[in-house]
Amino acid sequence: MGRLSVDLCGIGLDNPIIPASGTFGYGYEFAELYDINMLGTFSFKGTTREPRFGNAQPRIAETPGGMLNAVGLQNPGVQQVISHELPLLKKCFHKPVMANVSGFSIDEYTDVCAMLDKEEQVGWLEVNISCPNVHGGGMSFGTDPAQAAEVTKAVKAVTTKPVIMKLSPNVTDIVSIAKACEDAGADGISLINTLLCMRIDLKKRAPLLANGTGGLSGSAIFPLAIRMVYQVAKNVKIPVIGLGGISSAENVLEMMMAGAACVEIGAANLTDPFICRDIIRDLPAVMDKYSIQNIKDITGGALK
Amino acid sequence: MKQSLFEIMENTPLTRDVYRMKLRGDTGDITRPGQFVNIRIAGLYLRRPVSVCDVEGDILTLIYKAVGEGTRKMSGMTAGETLDLLTGLGNGYDLSRAGDAPLLLGGGVGVPPLYLLAKELIRAGKTPRVILGFNTESEVFYENEFRALGCDVMVTTVDGTYGTKGFVTGTINDKPYTFFYTCGPEPMLKAVYKTSKTSGQMSFERRMGCGFGACMGCSCKTITGSKRICREGPVMDKEDILWED
Repeated sequence: MGRLSVDLCGIGLDNPIIPASGTFGYGYEFAELYDINMLGTFSFKGTTREPRFGNAQPRIAETPGGMLNAVGLQNPGVQQVISHELPLLKKCFHKPVMANVSGFSIDEYTDVCAMLDKEEQVGWLEVNISCPNVHGGGMSFGTDPAQAAEVTKAVKAVTTKPVIMKLSPNVTDIVSIAKACEDAGADGISLINTLLCMRIDLKKRAPLLANGTGGLSGSAIFPLAIRMVYQVAKNVKIPVIGLGGISSAENVLEMMMAGAACVEIGAANLTDPFICRDIIRDLPAVMDKYSIQNIKDITGGALK
Repeated sequence: MKQSLFEIMENTPLTRDVYRMKLRGDTGDITRPGQFVNIRIAGLYLRRPVSVCDVEGDILTLIYKAVGEGTRKMSGMTAGETLDLLTGLGNGYDLSRAGDAPLLLGGGVGVPPLYLLAKELIRAGKTPRVILGFNTESEVFYENEFRALGCDVMVTTVDGTYGTKGFVTGTINDKPYTFFYTCGPEPMLKAVYKTSKTSGQMSFERRMGCGFGACMGCSCKTITGSKRICREGPVMDKEDILWED
């Protein structure tokens, strides 16, 4: 066991660094850049029952300290993921992977989870009830405690793998959603997904993104993510994965002190494809600076 | 793809808002004309994609138009500054399809990637015909540079203040050609698509998140399925294009 090792729902990770869903594809493109086996794990692209092309162009916009995206859950569908993407992933990644699942109905969540449950390499199911970029589903499950609990229960019934519920920050009371998921049997919580935002194109006098709204990610949302992780970690007993704007080893320590057992890194992968490799490299020296022997010991260290 | 630091050697205006930047660095991953680099700019979150105009040894030439926040910041940079670049992005043009008489059609800041393409075609023993389209005389650039390579060059301006009046498609079929390569604004690409009489390749532009295939921000629909402009593109085969509107 190294200084960086942590536990996530009974599965050991060599380090707490997990590229977040939607910023890392199915891994193999990053495997051309560095050995992705150095990662704790990664969460693959959000997968739905049917193939989805996603939203119209443009889908991306710059913001101060971050970016908006309205990709809209583009993915090849669960069957293609199992037949095509996972075999490619298996060639370059030899650890349990986190399967990110999205849906538009309870049935869709359970169908996709049941199929991915049978895949040996899937270590955890991360259930996205927080995508702000699709209509008639996604985030609506994550903004109401009763619905969040219903998805959690339904998914738990079709899998023996740990279920991590990925929460939306676009709510008035994040703690009530997290507790509802915990009470319904969730094995872990990940937060935060992106914040619902908008930019206007001055020339066109219209929203810049074709979808109108998009999800904000990047450094700009880091303090908000810290606050929400802190609140949730204080009120649940299951492990919390912290994400939102992390881009340095110091940010990782801060997120863990706020209560995260491990962290996901999202938008930073898009501007610096080597960011996760570099953070893993930087962590021991930064831990030394703050007299941290084992990183797992700092989880929740700032909670009062 | 490679991430490395480049040193700016020169950054000079070619027209009122079009600049040429020459940089020194590791160009090893740039393998085909039509590829692009993705530039980190201090103070901005996302990198900015710019097509490769030329590569000679370790000298990379980029030509960009200062239109938005990123390119305006670039236009203020001076020799000696360093830039963090991702290089070797995108598929680039396929030279093997050129035939004996390739035709190159460039519009505005779509002209630069055709320069390295023309150079490579000439190296392969072809004499490309080049039609460069601009709005007006003051926006014309690189005519002489294409001529110096040995290309058969024609310039069109929309207002007729220089060269032939009209669009590049006005003269596209004046002489026979075996294959076309084009880059420019989307309305121009559509017009080339409609008027061209042979197969060809067109390079597209999109707002990108990462530029290397991770975020699905620049996806487009094609005849053969969804493609990422940054990865399976930016160069698309004419036969594969599906216009969305």
